[in-house]
Amino acid sequence: MNIVLNGQPVTTHAASLAELLAEQGYGTAKVATAVNGTLAPASMRHEQKIEDGDQIEIVAPMQGG
Amino acid sequence: MTIKFYDEEIASRFLIGTALYPSPAIMLEAIKASQAEIVTVSLRRESGTEQAGQNFWSFIKDSGAKVLPNTAGCKSVKEAVTTAHMAREIFETPWVKLEVIGEDDSLQPDVFGLVEAARILTEEGFQVFPYTTEDLVVADKLIAAGCEVLMPWGAPIGSGRGLNNIYGLRSLRAHFPDIPLIVDAGIGLPSHAAAAMELGYDAVLLNTAVAKAGDPVLMAKAFALAIESGLQCYTADPIEKRDMAAPSTPVAGLPFWNQDHA
Repeated sequence: MNIVLNGQPVTTHAASLAELLAEQGYGTAKVATAVNGTLAPASMRHEQKIEDGDQIEIVAPMQGG
Repeated sequence: MTIKFYDEEIASRFLIGTALYPSPAIMLEAIKASQAEIVTVSLRRESGTEQAGQNFWSFIKDSGAKVLPNTAGCKSVKEAVTTAHMAREIFETPWVKLEVIGEDDSLQPDVFGLVEAARILTEEGFQVFPYTTEDLVVADKLIAAGCEVLMPWGAPIGSGRGLNNIYGLRSLRAHFPDIPLIVDAGIGLPSHAAAAMELGYDAVLLNTAVAKAGDPVLMAKAFALAIESGLQCYTADPIEKRDMAAPSTPVAGLPFWNQDHA
C-alpha cells in the first residue's frame, strides 16, 4: 500500500496508524498525528485504519516564535 | 503587577520565542535571563529515525515555562485548525497562538481566515491568542469570535523594524481598554519594546531580536529591563507632549531679573 507520510511517498504494510508509527521507528516518541488533514487522536491510533493514498502527518514539538 | 491571559495570572510581561538560537543551551539561558513565564513553541514534521523534536521538548520542559503553541506557517483555516488540534494534544494546553498567514513577503495575517479559525477554535474550547494587525474592525470581530487576548504586530515577523504604526496601536489600545493586548512580531530593539509598553500594551512577544543578537542572553536581559521600564512608565502616567518649552527651574526669584527679561 502506498501512502504519503510527511510529504514523502512511503510503501507500508501497516494496517493501522499505531502499526505505521511502530513500523517507521517512532517508538514512544511524543508526536501528534493527522490523517488526510484531520487530527487522528493518540487514543484512536489502533482503530485508525490506513488506506492506500492516505496523506499522513506526524509532528513533534519544535522551536517556534 | 500581574496580567491575566484567560484564566492564568502571569507576572512577566515578556513572552519569548524558542527559535533561531545558536544552541539549545543558549536558548535556555536566554529564557532564564528574560524572566519570561510563557514561551512560544511550534510543531513540525518528525522523522522516525532522527526524532529531533523529542530533544527539543526535553529542553522546554527543563525551562519550566508555560508553552504557547503557534500555528506558524499555516495559510488556510483548515491547516491552522488541524495544527491547533495537534498542538492541544501534544502540549496539553487550550492555549494557541493562532497564525493564518496571508502573504509570504510580509507574513501578514490573513485576517479573514484568522477570524474564522478563531471562531471555530473558540467554540471547541481553545483559548486563542490571535496574531493580527492593528485593524480595529478585525479586532472587534476577533473579540466577537471569543478571543480574550489580542496580539497585533509591531512590524513584519523578523523584520526588527519596531512599531510601524504607533497611531494604529494607540487607537487599538484606546478602543479596547479592557482586553489584554500583546505586541507580537517586528520588535528589533529594547526601545521598541519599551515604546509598546509605554503605549499601554500589556506585554510584548518577540523571538528574533533576542535569538539572533550577538549575545542572546544579554539581549534577553536588556529586553526584560526595557519591558519593565515601559510598564512602570505607563503606570506612572507620563506627561503630555507640548510644542513650546516650559522651564523646569522656577522662574520666581531669578537673580539679575529685570524688566528686560519679560
